[in-house]
Amino acid sequence: MAKTVLKVTNLSASYRKNTVLDNVNFQIEEGSLTGIVGPNGAGKSTLIKTLLHLHPSLTGKIDFYGLPFKKAKRVIGYVPQRGSVDWDFPTNALDVVVMGLYGQIGWLKRPSRAHRKLAYEALEKMDMAPYADRQISQLSGGQQQRVFLARALVQDAEFYFMDEPLAGVDATTEKAIMAILKELKDEGKTVMVVHHDLQTVTDYFDHVLFLNRTVKEHGLTDSVFTKENIMKTYGGKMQRIVEGGSHVVHSN
Amino acid sequence: MWSILTSSNFQWVLASTMTLGIASGMVGCLAYWKKQSLMSDALAHSALPGVIIGFLVIGEKNIIFLITGAAVSALVGAFFIQWIQSSTRITEDTAMGMVLSIFFGLGIMLLTIVNRSAGGNQSGLDSFIFGQAASMVKLDVFTMLILALVVITIIFIGFKEWKLFLFDPQHAKGLGLSLSMMNVIYTLILVTTIVIGIQAVGVILIAALLIIPSVSARYWTNSFHYMLILSALFGGLSGAFGTYLSAVGKGWPTGPFIVVVAAILFIFSLLFGKEKGLLITWFEQYLERKRIGTTKQTSTIGTKGVN
Repeated sequence: MAKTVLKVTNLSASYRKNTVLDNVNFQIEEGSLTGIVGPNGAGKSTLIKTLLHLHPSLTGKIDFYGLPFKKAKRVIGYVPQRGSVDWDFPTNALDVVVMGLYGQIGWLKRPSRAHRKLAYEALEKMDMAPYADRQISQLSGGQQQRVFLARALVQDAEFYFMDEPLAGVDATTEKAIMAILKELKDEGKTVMVVHHDLQTVTDYFDHVLFLNRTVKEHGLTDSVFTKENIMKTYGGKMQRIVEGGSHVVHSN
Repeated sequence: MWSILTSSNFQWVLASTMTLGIASGMVGCLAYWKKQSLMSDALAHSALPGVIIGFLVIGEKNIIFLITGAAVSALVGAFFIQWIQSSTRITEDTAMGMVLSIFFGLGIMLLTIVNRSAGGNQSGLDSFIFGQAASMVKLDVFTMLILALVVITIIFIGFKEWKLFLFDPQHAKGLGLSLSMMNVIYTLILVTTIVIGIQAVGVILIAALLIIPSVSARYWTNSFHYMLILSALFGGLSGAFGTYLSAVGKGWPTGPFIVVVAAILFIFSLLFGKEKGLLITWFEQYLERKRIGTTKQTSTIGTKGVN
């Protein structure tokens, strides 16, 4: 039985008066690669932000490795949605990755050559080394996503959260990112990913968490990724589900 | 015309407005990436009532009291802008527009009352509207110089933190940087720069010294580091040259001259800047058109050759 690394009990959160998360309960095992799926507005991003204290929770308890978030913060890495920053900001790819090390470098201290080397290696891992000096606004969407991933990798965390890392990227980048996620899993690290494409869930994730305001189902992909659970999460919006759940079509 | 340069008093004034320009250029660069350029204008206008109230309280033009009053009043303005947008349906730009005009109107009203009262018209408070570097006494110069240096130091030592805070505040928070602390420091250095600048540049135009240098700097570099340095340079040049030019005539206001110098630097950057300046963009497009044109021609010739 694998160790439980995240335990969420009765979590709820809201934006002003709209409750987006209500009575969310789940546990994550060490070394699992979990896809969080659900319709638009189901609270997927909010769930991640609330777990990482980037969004206030109304009720509930969050335990990372049996500790509150503040104490476990150092071993947690987060890859936000690409649109969350202004890519026109005057800086280059390497510099953005170095930002991942700011916590280790220490406040008010300047990054050293060794830090830059670590960042460069993270970029190499993402096949982005040739773009290290490139101004970030001149990178394609997929390349920007890889830079964000490299920034998370360089933190050398134990638990990674990623908010739609595959949104709007081309097939090559998608493959590169998935290869890295598998690698992280093989190293025994835990990864949770907000995911949109139901067709690839079975290929990419060993666990799946169905979310729509609350956890609809959670478990091994092989046993819970079923037609019934998709219907239960997405409601009547899923019009046509071809047998085997491999050709799912969204009606809107 | 050059003789004023040899006056030691004037040299100090010049040094202080140059340092003010450097500080404004740097703070303005932060404001630019915080997308709050207009905020500095709102805060500057909000400072006016505080200046007058500061004068009324002690009855004389003491710089320490005047800038304390200005700072309090600007912070009250900032608080109102925050409060209006967070608890009403009014958006930030509207809130800034309202606070700016209401505070400035209040300031002018108080100023008129003070100027009508006995001895009031000798107060020289008028110079706070368009700035009058020549009216500064030693205490004014040193207060301005020291506070500007404090602002520059704060930005310099926290360079890495400012960059992270401006580029990706969520990531900064994830790494344990307190966003509320950064916001407080940011507001404090912004307000400090404004209040020390209003005597030399005036409440109406100080915002220009915060906004224009950073925009000019953006046309020359793709590195935050160099943008900060260039913005400081442009601000410093504007401060020094503007003060010098305004000192040539008797009783000329300083603010407008500083702004005109800043604007000239901006137009120069807009035209000749190497990062998307108008001229280089035009030239690159011209070359590209020519290149594509040539390729087409060669291919037509090639086809003809086959025939």
